[in-house]
Amino acid sequence: MMKTQAGAAKTGSKSPAPAFFDEMRSADGSVRPAYQKIADWMAQQTRGVMARKQEEADAIFRRLGITFAVYGDTASNERLIPFDLIPRVIAAQEWRFLERGIEQRVRALNLFLYDIYHRQEIIRAGRVPADLIIGNEAFLPQMMGFDPPGKVYSHIVGTDIVRTGENAFFVLEDNLRTPSGVSYMLEDREAMMHLFPELFAAHRVAPVERYPEMLRQTLESVAPPACKSDPTLAVLTPGIFNSAYFEHSFLADQMGVELVQGSDLFIEDGALYMRTVTGKERIDVLYRRVDDNYLDPLAFQPDSTLGVPGLFDLYRAGGVTIVNAPGTGIADDKAVYAYVPDIIEFYTGEKPILSNVPTYRCSIPDECGYVLGHLGELVVKEVHGSGGYGMLIGPHSTKAQLKAFEQKIKANPSNYIAQPTLSLSTCPSNVGAGSAPRHVDLRPFVLVGDKIRITPGGLTRVALQKGSLVVNSSQGGGTKDTWVLED
Amino acid sequence: MLGRTAASLFWMSRYIERAENIARLAEVGYRISLTPDIGIGHREDWKSTLIAAGCYEDYLARHTEIKPEKVKHFLLFDRDNPSSVRSCLETARNNARAVRTALTREMWEALNSTYIDFASVKPADLGSGKLPEFLDWVRQRSALFRGSMLGTLLRDEGFHFSQLGAFIERADNTARILDVKYYVLLPTNETVGSDIDAFQWETILRSVSAHRSYRHVYKDRYRPWNVAEFLILRPEMPRSFCFCYGWIERSLEGLSDMIGKPMPSLLEARGILQDLKNGHMDAIFQSGLHEFLIEFLKRNNTVSAHIADDYHFLS
Repeated sequence: MMKTQAGAAKTGSKSPAPAFFDEMRSADGSVRPAYQKIADWMAQQTRGVMARKQEEADAIFRRLGITFAVYGDTASNERLIPFDLIPRVIAAQEWRFLERGIEQRVRALNLFLYDIYHRQEIIRAGRVPADLIIGNEAFLPQMMGFDPPGKVYSHIVGTDIVRTGENAFFVLEDNLRTPSGVSYMLEDREAMMHLFPELFAAHRVAPVERYPEMLRQTLESVAPPACKSDPTLAVLTPGIFNSAYFEHSFLADQMGVELVQGSDLFIEDGALYMRTVTGKERIDVLYRRVDDNYLDPLAFQPDSTLGVPGLFDLYRAGGVTIVNAPGTGIADDKAVYAYVPDIIEFYTGEKPILSNVPTYRCSIPDECGYVLGHLGELVVKEVHGSGGYGMLIGPHSTKAQLKAFEQKIKANPSNYIAQPTLSLSTCPSNVGAGSAPRHVDLRPFVLVGDKIRITPGGLTRVALQKGSLVVNSSQGGGTKDTWVLED
Repeated sequence: MLGRTAASLFWMSRYIERAENIARLAEVGYRISLTPDIGIGHREDWKSTLIAAGCYEDYLARHTEIKPEKVKHFLLFDRDNPSSVRSCLETARNNARAVRTALTREMWEALNSTYIDFASVKPADLGSGKLPEFLDWVRQRSALFRGSMLGTLLRDEGFHFSQLGAFIERADNTARILDVKYYVLLPTNETVGSDIDAFQWETILRSVSAHRSYRHVYKDRYRPWNVAEFLILRPEMPRSFCFCYGWIERSLEGLSDMIGKPMPSLLEARGILQDLKNGHMDAIFQSGLHEFLIEFLKRNNTVSAHIADDYHFLS
């Protein structure tokens, strides 16, 4: 569009600078108010100091064992996620807007889940097509008619948000299953307070440290009907070779609860127990970091050893609460995503506060035709994929890659959606040779129990490669501390 | 506490203790190889070292002859040897990772940074006299871990399982060192008392870092009777059977109190400790030092197996 505009052509000016919104500097180069002190501070730091602090930060993370396993990477199966020293700043009023939008969205999606697993009013009303839900792999018929405690399905949510302009925020993904990354949010803050205490003294940064306590309160608030006293909580991990193992152990530790594996658990007389040194101890609420399919070999994948035989029946009988509930994937499915604005309106009667990214569903022939004709401009994602695996970024792909993806889409159109390439906002990042703008996204962490609790800020992921738009840690992205300034 | 957690703490401590002991044995072996050959042949000493380290057979399965360089590599760096220092540190760290929540930050950092630093050591760089410095470092790291544990870990069941792993391993190690050289400790040798024997006695004491403390206790030259007594019966010697079993009993009592009844592991350990407290070297020599050591190793293993049963290590 821009290129063909008469006005632009006539001026004969150089090609316009890429239209990226920089969160620190306005187009005219002036520093935005929220970043003023950060900009002053950055101007005072020498390259040597920053290099030293960077080394110090890396040493902290490595010593603490904050590592991340990258699948398919045998050479070094524990890697450090790069940590960017320059904090990202979100102004108070920006955060209030985001917070309202996130809360509305999370509330609506939990209502949607309840409806989908009960009367399916939204399908009857013709707002969401039946086959999108019923024929969807992420839909769990086993959940039909069951009321989870508090009617909450997705208790722990990581809403991925990107920014493209002053007031332009988009929700990229809802992540209602087992979102990860919150340990990085907490450890990034720890590291920053250790490395740059003077910066905190100069700002009023909203604290994030209460997250583990809030998680605990959230889990306790959804104890099952069978639990008559203080609920016992546990975190279920697939084990030390899982890519997010550090986070599992970190959260268990921070909450002061046991970190269990499937082999530690058994069901007896209508209750879930863990094997302890004194015999057994009952578990009331299980925060599982194991996918639905592996939870219970009797109900789902029969050869799974990561879960507990009989867990799902016990859950349905009210003997234990599984957090997040099985079957939440239907609400963050990438094909359902396109309907979220309708979902919000349907259940809350309100207009969505946060926008969706326009999404083309390849399952619909017209939209698929458009996608195939514009592959070079679009980002194409697998409907059930996550973590940046199996996705195509049109503008950054070779002809051969585009061709290969075209074949994949044609072979199985309903497995793909496409979105325009978003001009993700940039933030200053420490790149060795000083600072430079790099693209970022944001994952705020939301807790849903007796009430909705949102930790100010969240995890900022940053694409440290120059020009890259992929922020996933599995694809070389880093993280940075995220500050919500208080008024 | 989960049975699996208890098992991981136990094995974590065992493997750190083992790494330290292997480093000490390697150091003694290295020292011997620097001294003039006084008649028994260095090859025999490296063989003794491998036997004391409990990996002689594993070594023979991979190498046809005993060469100092190969033995050193096997003891320190070989991933195929489950008791090499490298393997011990890796196993200890994997156990620690599995129970991060049961460790203090200090303990984890001590272990994790050891593991990270060890990974960057190139065996080829350890020639020309750098080995002792490296072995010192391994022992210091083990001491750092133990110090972090003693200084920061809650005295609850997790502490007991860590203690048990360390002392079961230590008792096992001291018994192996004695058994490899038991023949030089037999009373018949005392009257002969050649230089070779004195050297062997000192080697034994060095293998448990006790060549100086021996003099403080006995105020005398090395005598085999005393060396054996020092390592078996003296409660003030921190690597003796008696000392190890004092702590094993204390921790097992702590755990039994938690359950409310004495468990089989405690009863067995109590029996061992009583026998050690009432023991006399002349009786031990009379019934055979070698037989006594073999019996002790067996009973020590029994305690270890009882601990695993009593506290649901296997899930």
